[in-house]
Amino acid sequence: MKKLNVIFLITLLMGTLFITNSYGQDRKGPPPGDRKGPPPESKHSPIQSKSIDEIGGYKIGDTATDFILKNVDETMFSLSDIKNAKGYIVVFTCNECPFAKMYEDRLIELHNEYAAKGYSVIAINPNSPENESEGFEAMQKRAAEKEFPFVYLVDEGQKIYPEYGAVRTPHVFLLDQDKKVQYIGAIDDNAKSPEDVKVKFLEDAIAALEKGEAPNPNITKAIGCPVKAATSK
Amino acid sequence: MQRDLKFILTGLSIILISFGFTYSYDEPFIQTEKTDIPVYNFDELEPLLYTDSEKTVIVNFWAMWCIPCVKELPHFKAYADQHPEAEVIFVSLDFPKDIETKLKPFLKEKGITSKVVLLDDADANTWIDKVDPNWSGALPFTIIFNNQKRAHYERSFESLADLENEVNKSILK
Repeated sequence: MKKLNVIFLITLLMGTLFITNSYGQDRKGPPPGDRKGPPPESKHSPIQSKSIDEIGGYKIGDTATDFILKNVDETMFSLSDIKNAKGYIVVFTCNECPFAKMYEDRLIELHNEYAAKGYSVIAINPNSPENESEGFEAMQKRAAEKEFPFVYLVDEGQKIYPEYGAVRTPHVFLLDQDKKVQYIGAIDDNAKSPEDVKVKFLEDAIAALEKGEAPNPNITKAIGCPVKAATSK
Repeated sequence: MQRDLKFILTGLSIILISFGFTYSYDEPFIQTEKTDIPVYNFDELEPLLYTDSEKTVIVNFWAMWCIPCVKELPHFKAYADQHPEAEVIFVSLDFPKDIETKLKPFLKEKGITSKVVLLDDADANTWIDKVDPNWSGALPFTIIFNNQKRAHYERSFESLADLENEVNKSILK
């Protein structure tokens, strides 16, 4: 009898050992190692090679200058062509960038809903047409395929996007009636999945303008494709 | 009394042993996960952006769809090959569904053997500033750091020499 008990005790101990042993290996998430979690605040001395300020472009409150750019229908377009505008949704976008494409349908919906209320979408492709897939013909093709209800303009000579400070596609600049920049950034907080959007930054900003208030937040960030500058620069 | 004790001990042993089994059974799966491309949210990624060690770490945010990113990839590979003392980590912003069909074949073709993780965290507006308040969100983006110094680059590197020069300037000097 006593012998049996001893055997049980040993088994029990072994069982415990098993658990302790395997438990250590059952880690999920980032592997352990010589790494350390978040900000050791003052320890690092960040060196910034190029800040947003250096990139330049409009800041909140700046007045955007109007432009004359060629639309996919081969007519010339200016902001002043829109009569009775209460604001302007200027969005830098392009043909190929997956993050820009994910927002095409949402831009169409936005224009369909807000153009009548005085806020039209004005899409500008800032990319160098050196790459054929971003050239004028490809833009015409994309606009026709998607039946863009808004103008899709080519930034000929790539002069307008640096003036705005567009660095990625898509990149939105919401202007008010007086062409003052009121909001810069993302359309909403979920590029990949429209049904999981929690905050509609752009629509909230328009709602704020409608109430005569300043949008909050007035600057947001998003992952996007870099604007392709011409190589012969 | 003794019978009861025996009963309890048997029961306990069986439970404990089965636990042991369950855990050890999981191990092979965890092992394969390590060689795979893990999909992280930002909280899971963040520890990779810091180090306790003096070695140089280069973290490059990129995606297959980003042309300048793809163009500079060979410079990072060359750096990793020539500087085994440094660690190069690629943070891909591609789509998780493309890992097996596109990303892995792409990395193989480019000969990338450094660590690659995929960041899948929708609300970029909340985490971009945590990486660097000056980052606009455009790709590519690179951080070069060790436990003392840190430099951010919202641009692509033109050559291996360009990258080496920046590492020397910002970290090793």
